[in-house]
Amino acid sequence: MSQKIFAPWDDPNEKPLIRFENVTKKFGDFTAIDDLTLNIYEKEFFALLGPSGCGKTTMMRMLAGFENPTSGKMELAGKNIAGIPPNKRAVNMMFQSYALFPHLSVWENIAFGLKRGDMDKRSIAARVEEMLKLTRLTKFAGRKPHQISGGQRQRVALARSLAKAPKLLLLDEPLGALDKKLRQDTQFELMDIQEGTGTTFVIVTHDQEEAMTVASRVAVMDEGRIIQVATPDGIYEAPNSVYVADFIGDVNIIEGTAKPTGDGVYSLAWAENEAPFMATSDVPFSDGQKAHLAIRPEKISITTEKPEDAKNAVQGSVLDIAYLGNLSTYHVQLTGGQIIKAQTANTRRLSRRSITWEDKVWISWSATAGVLLEQ
Amino acid sequence: MRRFFLIAVPYAWLLALFLIPFFIVFKISLSDLALSIPPYTPTMKDGFGQMIKAFDFENFVFLTTDDLYWKAYLSSLKIALISTVLALLVGYPMAYGMARAPEEWRPTLMMLVILPFWTSFLIRVYAWVGILSNEGFLNQFLLWTGLISAPLTIMNTTTAVYIGIVYTYLPFMILPIYAALDRLDESLIEAAEDLGCSRIKAFWLVTIPLSRNGIIAGCFLVFIPALGEFVIPSLLGGSGTLMIGKVLFEEFFNNRDWPVASAVAVILLLILIVPIILFQRNQQRQAEAET
Repeated sequence: MSQKIFAPWDDPNEKPLIRFENVTKKFGDFTAIDDLTLNIYEKEFFALLGPSGCGKTTMMRMLAGFENPTSGKMELAGKNIAGIPPNKRAVNMMFQSYALFPHLSVWENIAFGLKRGDMDKRSIAARVEEMLKLTRLTKFAGRKPHQISGGQRQRVALARSLAKAPKLLLLDEPLGALDKKLRQDTQFELMDIQEGTGTTFVIVTHDQEEAMTVASRVAVMDEGRIIQVATPDGIYEAPNSVYVADFIGDVNIIEGTAKPTGDGVYSLAWAENEAPFMATSDVPFSDGQKAHLAIRPEKISITTEKPEDAKNAVQGSVLDIAYLGNLSTYHVQLTGGQIIKAQTANTRRLSRRSITWEDKVWISWSATAGVLLEQ
Repeated sequence: MRRFFLIAVPYAWLLALFLIPFFIVFKISLSDLALSIPPYTPTMKDGFGQMIKAFDFENFVFLTTDDLYWKAYLSSLKIALISTVLALLVGYPMAYGMARAPEEWRPTLMMLVILPFWTSFLIRVYAWVGILSNEGFLNQFLLWTGLISAPLTIMNTTTAVYIGIVYTYLPFMILPIYAALDRLDESLIEAAEDLGCSRIKAFWLVTIPLSRNGIIAGCFLVFIPALGEFVIPSLLGGSGTLMIGKVLFEEFFNNRDWPVASAVAVILLLILIVPIILFQRNQQRQAEAET
């Protein structure tokens, strides 16, 4: 039995949990959020990704209730939430600094939110125990925040924000303070917890790898605007602009003029005296229109001989090799001076590889490997 | 060696400026009044053995027979306690306001709190006589506004002493509380609100407990000097206000009874040592909690 693919955003009957409608937020003259419209669905793990100052934190703070939009509508489960203070919202937040109460034990930190409701003592204790077990903190219940490690503190913050079973959990750079190894483990833990509890998560991050790993959908933001919202593979394989292509991962951008050759295939004249590149595109381009071919390094093959059947092949010399262990990235300089990055998996040991510096090589890719972009 | 030196400096300081003077005072408190210079007997001139033999606790016994002394101690404790609470009630909102003020204002506000120290303490207390007396600025202002028809008697009452002590020691209350509030991470308050606290509740559950050490330090810094205060009750309190600092001064300078005055001072010190030890222990616990 095949599993049903989770994609509520493609279902027109699905009601979004969160709706931003033409939301603008200004701080004095500065526009932090510019006329933003966005739907986030229940049980999503939604990532807001962008460089610092792009407005992602402002969006999160508006969802939490610490900021109110200057104009526009913000709905949570069909109700307008503008003006409702943070303590009256079924939304909890995990702070970047964790914001654990230093004077309270781990147990009391997790119980803090529960005690504010009308829960009786026994249910509070049961819920706290449940949260401690979920985040594997049972042993540390009696410790104060300064007596535990960074990773444990991160888990306390998560347990505390999940304890009240919010409709929506906001995570502000939740893994920023952890080292790389721990961060990767924690990413999977977060995904498990999100799936297990069925809570909608909105995560803010500037780490694209993190966003790609955990999220069901990623919104790439820049200067208060959302540039693209799509699934991680959608963002990576089909970016809608050079900005997104460049922001997510490594990419070669080749500028040229497009010419339709029929059937969604275009030729891209990119340099004089060179054969044009062939690329397919769902977006139509007119004859002579400026276009950018975005192509990922790992989609480019590198060979010493000219490949026979490749749609696009061009010769160059190896300028640089970046050895990353599992992968190697070759910087190949074309005769026109352009540098193209090509990446291969190091399936053989280093000593047995045939390509080295200054070598003349052929790089090639298929017509569907890249994306043609207008801007 | 370096470590020894580092430890030796504060201990030498303590020895020279606290322990030696204390033993001199303690020695005098065991002596008897005499019409000589210095005005007590025995002294080292009588020989060390002779001197030790002549020491007795007569002066301490005397303090228990005259109810003036224990009344003065009790009254001082009461005045110091009430003043500390009043200073806390006035100082906390000021410290809170300073810590929440825009970053660029804070040095100015801090300056304004410290500024009174640039003038002599005596002159500042004396200035209150001009404000609080029957013909003073306060009464004239209130009469002018029509709020009162006859001048209020504030001068030479305990109220004037409270005003004087709170005014004088307010910076000692504000500064440690400000230091504690300044370090407070704003996101803790936001986290409390996010978890369902109203603003006031977040203040009680997060701000107050996290500024506790500042509050305790401020209270001790006000309580300890207020307990032995002499200038304020004698300038503002008149004859009706009984405080041990004033009694001590009178024994020493008016009666020239150094032995009894010393006994009063020794008892005062013993009373003060209790809160000082409590204060030290609090500081130590705080230091331990932070490591």
